[in-house]
This record gives sequence, structure tokens and C-alpha cells, in this order.
Amino acid sequence: MRNILIVAGRELGAYFATPVASVFIVIFLVLQGALTFNLGGFFDRGQADLNPFFTFIPWVFLLLVPAITMRLWAEERRLGTIELLLTLPITQAQAVLGKFLAAWAFCAIALLLTFPFVITVNLLGRPDNGVIASGYVGSLLVAGAFLSVGSALSALTKNQVIAFVLAVAVCFIFAVASYPVVTDFLSRNTPVLADIARRIAVIDRFQDFTRGVVSLRDVIFFITFIGFWLFLNTVLVDQRKAD
Amino acid sequence: MTADGQSVLIEIAGLTKRFGSFTAVDTVSFNVARGEVLGFLGPNGAGKSTTMRMLAGFMIPTAGRARICGHDVQADGVAARRVLGFLPEGAPTYPEMTVTGFLHFCGKVRGYSGRDLARRVERAVELTRLQGVLLQPVETLSKGFKRRVGLAQALLHDPPVLVLDEPTDGLDPNQKHEVRTLIAQMAPEKAIVISTHILEEVDAVCTRAIIIAAGRVVADATPADLQRRHPSGKLDDVFRQLTMQAA
Repeated sequence: MRNILIVAGRELGAYFATPVASVFIVIFLVLQGALTFNLGGFFDRGQADLNPFFTFIPWVFLLLVPAITMRLWAEERRLGTIELLLTLPITQAQAVLGKFLAAWAFCAIALLLTFPFVITVNLLGRPDNGVIASGYVGSLLVAGAFLSVGSALSALTKNQVIAFVLAVAVCFIFAVASYPVVTDFLSRNTPVLADIARRIAVIDRFQDFTRGVVSLRDVIFFITFIGFWLFLNTVLVDQRKAD
Repeated sequence: MTADGQSVLIEIAGLTKRFGSFTAVDTVSFNVARGEVLGFLGPNGAGKSTTMRMLAGFMIPTAGRARICGHDVQADGVAARRVLGFLPEGAPTYPEMTVTGFLHFCGKVRGYSGRDLARRVERAVELTRLQGVLLQPVETLSKGFKRRVGLAQALLHDPPVLVLDEPTDGLDPNQKHEVRTLIAQMAPEKAIVISTHILEEVDAVCTRAIIIAAGRVVADATPADLQRRHPSGKLDDVFRQLTMQAA
């Protein structure tokens, strides 16, 4: 555990030592604000909730989370620092977890900085803050799911652009898996896959959280999802580290 | 234990690495005992770095095994890496970190904290003369300083085994001299492997030299013995003769 936290600490420090942190946080907040207020009609709806905010957040994460994870392993491999990191007395699993936790903590910081939305909605009306809290928990889990995908795919390549594009593409598949366009197509051809697609759809699971429902099944889904991708990440690091 | 009573700290047996049909390292075997400084020589692409990566547990060998202080580098990797100081090829370091931040990170991963950590970082900084650049990000440093940061990281925990891939590459003659003096000072209580293609270095610091060419060990002797293998008595000529034959 100590090693995981040391790796995570270094990694988190690296975000803030470079312009990555400030650029990401500013763009995230501006994009999220613009979408919520303009496209989401935050004021026009006349309702004291954060539904427009939570509608857009998975899509903003879909675009921005891969930008956080693309460097995690691709850059280590390009710079050769992976050789240094993995010849320190830590296991590969510790390195994978440490890096993932750093990226997740970074997303949590970005999410925390959206607190003015919560204040605004509380000033304007009397929202159900429980629903808002569960929406934030869901947002953090969606971020974690996308981060685990991005981190694993980053271990595939030395090129950060490739890592970014792959992560956006794969996260997109998991985001839209339950959409009619996908499930209709699948149920016509392979009904078994349609059922699976509905079950692994990240955005479907997230919507329960935005309604204020934190179900054990959804939480277990996200933990399993993240666990699977981090396991894959460890395997990929092991296979690809010395290439 | 070897015949003369020294303890063997590095054991390499039948180490082989194949990339597809290309054999980069072909059944390399040797031991290094405490007090030995082994010069690992060979032309570029001979398999020096690949062998060192396998010894450090970074690259998984196709066949054979390596042990450091009795710990198998694959089966018991964390224990083996704990007693190993490794300078990878090109001395990679995190560019955005400061020198002191980087060394503290390495020290913490190695289990040090508080005053012990500060003392160890201070000692490594003194040994490699990094005092003047402690607060600079690594990316702003010259090549020689970067190499010394990598060296400081390898010396931080005062390991019994040191594996240094081209430790003097990119250093100016004075810095080269300092690093060689440093290696010579540490030699009695450690087993040290350095790779180089500077032959004068072998004469200066190594007690033994292994020459590899095309992945195979073509010579394993003291520098003085090697010199006798060519009428001219020069290491350069011996090196050329042995490596050209193999290639």
C-alpha cells in the first residue's frame, strides 16, 4: 500500500508540475459550464436540480479523461523511465494501481472544483442534495471506469496520440452500448450480445446515480469494470514494457 | 563462494533472449563476486544492454536465469531489486521532477523516510556532486548532470550489487575521472558490472572484463590477460580481433 501511494504521489505531482493540470481543469470547467448553462438550459428549466450538469458529464469525461491517461504508460515507455520505475523494488501491480489512483484523484479534484454549481442551485431553490451527492458519486465512478480503460490502452503504445484515440474509441463503445442504435442492431443479429451490451453500458449505470439511486449492483459493476481493465493493464505492461 | 573465498553476488546461467528469429543474447553465463568490477564490453548491438536488462529483472529472458544475492530476478524480483542499484541505458529520469524530488521519490520507494531518507539523499548527492542543481528540474540539466542523477539514484540505498549501463557516457573527462574514482572506492565491498565501449575505462577500473559479440561471450579474463592475447598488447586490438571474428 505504501508503495502504491508513493507512486500515486509522484504521478499526481507530475500533473501539477506540467501545464496538464491547469489546462485540463480550466477546459473541463468551461466546457462543463457551457454545456450545462447553454445546451442544458439550466435556468430555463426552472427546476432546482443538477440534471443538465450530470447529463453532460459522461460525455465531457469521454473526451477529456483519455487526455489524462494517455501519458500514464506511453510516456514512460517513450522516455525509458519505465525501465527505472520497474527496476525499483515495487511490483507491476503496485505501479499500475498507483498511477490509476493518481489519475482518479486528479479527476476528483476537477470534480470538486465544480462546487459553484451546487452552491448556485442551492441559492436559487431547494434541491435534493442527496440526489446531487449520488450524482457526484456516479460521476466519479464513470471517471474511474474511463480512466481504467485509458490507462490500460496507454500501456499498448509509446505514442500518446494513439493512446488517446484508442481510449476515446473504446470508452465511446462502453458509453453507447445500451443505446437503441446499438442494441436494436445487435438484437436483430445476435440477441445474446444485445443483452451483454445493455449490461456493460457505463452511461446506463450512471443514470441510476443521477436519479439518486446508489445500488449495490451498479457499484459492483463499476468496481469489477475498473478491476478488469487494471488487471489487463498489468498484463499489458508486463508484455510490452521492454519492447 | 568462489575458490578464493569471496561471495558470489551475481549469478547468470545460460541467459538467452530471442526476438523472433533474432538471438540478441545467446546462453551467457558468468558470476560476479564481491570486490569485483566487471567491465562488460562489446560492439553496439552485441547484447550488453539486453543482458543488463534481464539481470535487472526488467526484460524476461527466453531461457536461463539470473540471481542477485541469491534472489532469482524473475521469481523473487522485488527482493532482488532491493539489493540492486541499476542505471538503465541512457540514464532515464522523469524530466519534470527536480533532482531532489526525484531522489526523494526513489528513496521513499526503497522504504526510507524522515531523517534516514534525507541523510541517504544527501550522501548520494555528495558522491555524485549534484549539490548545485538540487532544485532544478531534470529536463533543464546537461547530459552529464542527467547521467549523474541516474547514478545517484542507483547509489542511494548503498546496494551490494551495482549494474551500470554506460555510466560515463556523455561525461567530460573530469567527470569521467570522478565516476571512475567513485567506482574504484566502492569496489571492495560491492559486486559491480559496468558496460562501456571505452576501453581505457576497463584498464582504469575493472578487475575483470567480459567481451560479448553477437550475443555470445567471446572472452572472460582480467584486462592484463586480455592484453597479452594480441602481439601489440593493446586492448583495442584485442577487442577488434575478438569481435570481428564473431561477427
